[in-house]
Amino acid sequence: MADVQPIVKVEGLNAWFGDVHAVKGITIDFLPNTVTALIGPSGCGKSTFIRCLNRLHEEIEGASASGRVVVENNDIYGAGVDPVRIRRKIGMVFQKANPFPGLSIFENVAAGLKLAGIRRRSLLQDVVRRSLEGAALWDEVKDKLHQPGTSLSGGQQQRLCIARALAVEPPVILMDEPTSALDPISTAKIEELMLSLKRRTTVIIVTHNLQQAARISERTAFFLLGEMVEFGDTTQVFTVPKQKKTEQYITGRFG
Amino acid sequence: MITGHLTPFLEARDTRRRVSNLVACGTLTFLSGVAIGALFLVFGYVLYRGFPAINWAFFIETPRPVGEVGGGLANAMVGSLIILLLASLLGIPWGILTGVYLSEYGRGRLGSAVRFCSDMLSSVPSIVIGLFAYALLVVPMKHFSALAGSVALAVMMVPTIARSTEELLRLVPNHIREAGLALGVPRWKVILLIVLRGNLSAILTGVMLAIARASGETAPLLFTALNSRFLSWRVDQPIASLPVQIYTYAIAPFDDWHRQAWGGALVLVVFVFSLNLLARSVIRPKMTRD
Repeated sequence: MADVQPIVKVEGLNAWFGDVHAVKGITIDFLPNTVTALIGPSGCGKSTFIRCLNRLHEEIEGASASGRVVVENNDIYGAGVDPVRIRRKIGMVFQKANPFPGLSIFENVAAGLKLAGIRRRSLLQDVVRRSLEGAALWDEVKDKLHQPGTSLSGGQQQRLCIARALAVEPPVILMDEPTSALDPISTAKIEELMLSLKRRTTVIIVTHNLQQAARISERTAFFLLGEMVEFGDTTQVFTVPKQKKTEQYITGRFG
Repeated sequence: MITGHLTPFLEARDTRRRVSNLVACGTLTFLSGVAIGALFLVFGYVLYRGFPAINWAFFIETPRPVGEVGGGLANAMVGSLIILLLASLLGIPWGILTGVYLSEYGRGRLGSAVRFCSDMLSSVPSIVIGLFAYALLVVPMKHFSALAGSVALAVMMVPTIARSTEELLRLVPNHIREAGLALGVPRWKVILLIVLRGNLSAILTGVMLAIARASGETAPLLFTALNSRFLSWRVDQPIASLPVQIYTYAIAPFDDWHRQAWGGALVLVVFVFSLNLLARSVIRPKMTRD
C-alpha cells in the first residue's frame, strides 16, 4: 500500500467563513480505489473540508479557502483553474438526497452529461443504465425511468443521486453524511454500494456513524475544532488510537 | 358547595362569546360575499350586454363603415393577439432573466437598486409607460405601430414576471443548486436549465398572470399601437386592439357600436379569465405532488 501514489493530495488547506477559521492547515492524502472516512463531532470542519475538495465551499457568500489540493497532479487551487471543470472530476453526494425536482429519473442521471453538451441518445441511455446499475438502483427503476426522481423513496433518491454523480465518471466521489437521513435498511444498501464503488472510483466520506466508518473505510481521519487530530488505518484508529482525544471520541466520552 | 359556583358566570360569558363570534363570522362572510358578488355582477352584466353581439361575423369580419349595422371586431382580436405575442416575446425572457438576476446574483447594492426600480416600475401609471414607448419608438419611427404597443406592454409585464420568478427561485432550496454545481455545471446553466426547468409550471403561472394583466391594458396602447379599422398583420403599422376598440366604440354615439363594445368586452373578459384559470390549473398538480 505504501508505494501507491495518492489520487488526492492535500497540503496545508485552510478554509474560512468570513473571519471564522473553520479548517486549519489540513495535510492529508487519499489513495485511489479506497474509502476514507472523516469522523469528528458536529462543527469540527469535516464537511467544510470536503467541500473544499471540489471547490464548492467558495460558492457560499463570504467563504474562502487556501492551500494546495492536488488531484491527479493538478493543483485545483492553482492560478487560472476553472472550478467548474474541477467539479466534473470530483463528484459529490449530499446529506439530504437532492434529485432535481421536475426531472425524471432518466433526466436526473443524464443531467451532468446533457448539460456538458452530450446529446447522443444511445450514449445517454447507455450511461444512465450503467450509472443506475453502479448505484444498485437499476432493477428497482428500470420500468419507470420517466417518472419524476422525487417520486422515489428517500433511500432510492439517495442512490439516484449517487447514480447522477457516477454518470460523469469522476475519479473521486465525496460523500457528506450520505446516510444520516436514511433508515437502517437503506443505509445498509448504500454501505454495500460504497464497497463496490471502490472498484471504479475513490470515495471520501464524512460520517457521524462510527460503526459505519469502521465497516466501510480503509483509512480514517479524526477531525476536531477544524484540525485533523489523527489519521491512519481504520483498524488502528479504532483499536489503538495514538491520540488521547481520538480515544475519548470513539469511546463516546464527548462529541 | 365549592365546585360549580362559577358556572353561571362562565355560562354568561359563553353566551357573550357565542354572540360576538356570530357577529364577527357574519361580517366576514358578508364582506367576502360582496367581493365575490362584485366579480359575478361584472361578469354577469358583461355577459348580459355582450352576448347578443356575439355571432360568427363578430369574430371574422372587420368594422363596417360608419352608419352601417353589423360587421365584427376581427381586426381588434387579431391585433390584440399580435401585440400580446410580440410583448410576450420581449417581456417574458426579459422578466425571467431579471428575476434570475435578482434571486441568484442580486445580493449587493446593484441588486437592491434593481429590485427597487422594478417595484417602482410596477407602480408607474400605465399611461406613462405608453408615453415612454411613444417617445422611444413612435417619435423616431414617425408613425404609430404594433411594435410600439408591444414594447409598452412588455415593459408592464417585466416587473410582474421578474418578481414572481425571483420569489419562486428563493423557494428553491440551495442544495438543489449545489447538486448542479457539484456535477460540474456552470451556475447560469444550473439556474436556467435545471432549477427553472424543474419549476416550469410555477414560472408559467407568473407569466400567464402578467399576460392576462397586459391584455386588458388600454392606456399604453392609445398612442402607441393607436387603432386601425382594417385587419392588419404588420408590426410596423398602427393596429387595432380589443381594449382600444372597446374604448372607441363605447364613447361613440351609435347603438350598434355600443353593442359591439359590450361584445368585445365579453371576449376580453373570457380571455383573461381563461388565462387565470389556466394559470391555476397548471400550478395545482405540482403542489399536490410534492
